[in-house]
Amino acid sequence: MVVELCPLPFDPWQAIGKHASNGNHHAQSVSNGASAVFVGTMRDHNEGDGVVSLFLEHYPGMTEKELCRIVREAEQQWALSDVLLLHRTGQIMPGEAIVLVAVWSAHRLESFEACRQIMEALKQHAPFWKYETLMDGSKRWVSHNTPGFAAQGLGAASDIDQ
Amino acid sequence: MSIKVYYFASLRDTLGKAEDNGQVTGSQTVSDVWQQFNPENPRSSSVLCAVNHTYASMDHPVSDGDEIAFFPTVTGG
Repeated sequence: MVVELCPLPFDPWQAIGKHASNGNHHAQSVSNGASAVFVGTMRDHNEGDGVVSLFLEHYPGMTEKELCRIVREAEQQWALSDVLLLHRTGQIMPGEAIVLVAVWSAHRLESFEACRQIMEALKQHAPFWKYETLMDGSKRWVSHNTPGFAAQGLGAASDIDQ
Repeated sequence: MSIKVYYFASLRDTLGKAEDNGQVTGSQTVSDVWQQFNPENPRSSSVLCAVNHTYASMDHPVSDGDEIAFFPTVTGG
């Protein structure tokens, strides 16, 4: 498991390749039959307004601890061989990656489910706060995330966000 | 007891301060700490709280040296 906060832009696909080629990790194991990846990127619009940049505030110390707890929880629930979780902090521009969740396992069920579980738990619990700068120069805090599950979807709580 | 209190994001802007340092006496809870340092700002029910980097309820007891944080709904990812 690798969990990192990234104060600078990162390429999620390069990060996956680097992680998987690192002999210290289990992502390259031939016993893996599946991997699932989620990449969240910054949009140039939100709630009908153009957004030119985003500042992502976090709570140093607690954010890292909470992300590790979320990944450990998924590892306890699903048979995973490896997890890579990267999350940006600071100033972010449209198109840049905000979050990467990559999961490796023997079978697809575990990778799919754990990737989604980690992402939704992160959205709901990890202490990050988005501060947007809009096209007209005004700034505002994002007050909530959009739903991560379809209304008639997976039967999960409707207040879990994405 | 000596404690540190931090406020994040929109809550920090609303209160006009990022932190409080001070003494609390007796058997106090997190809710009591808010009341002591923000007597003129009733706490919204949506405010979240952590004690020593772990989510806690508002009736969590406070101990000497604790780091307490109050913050709004999280919006990462």
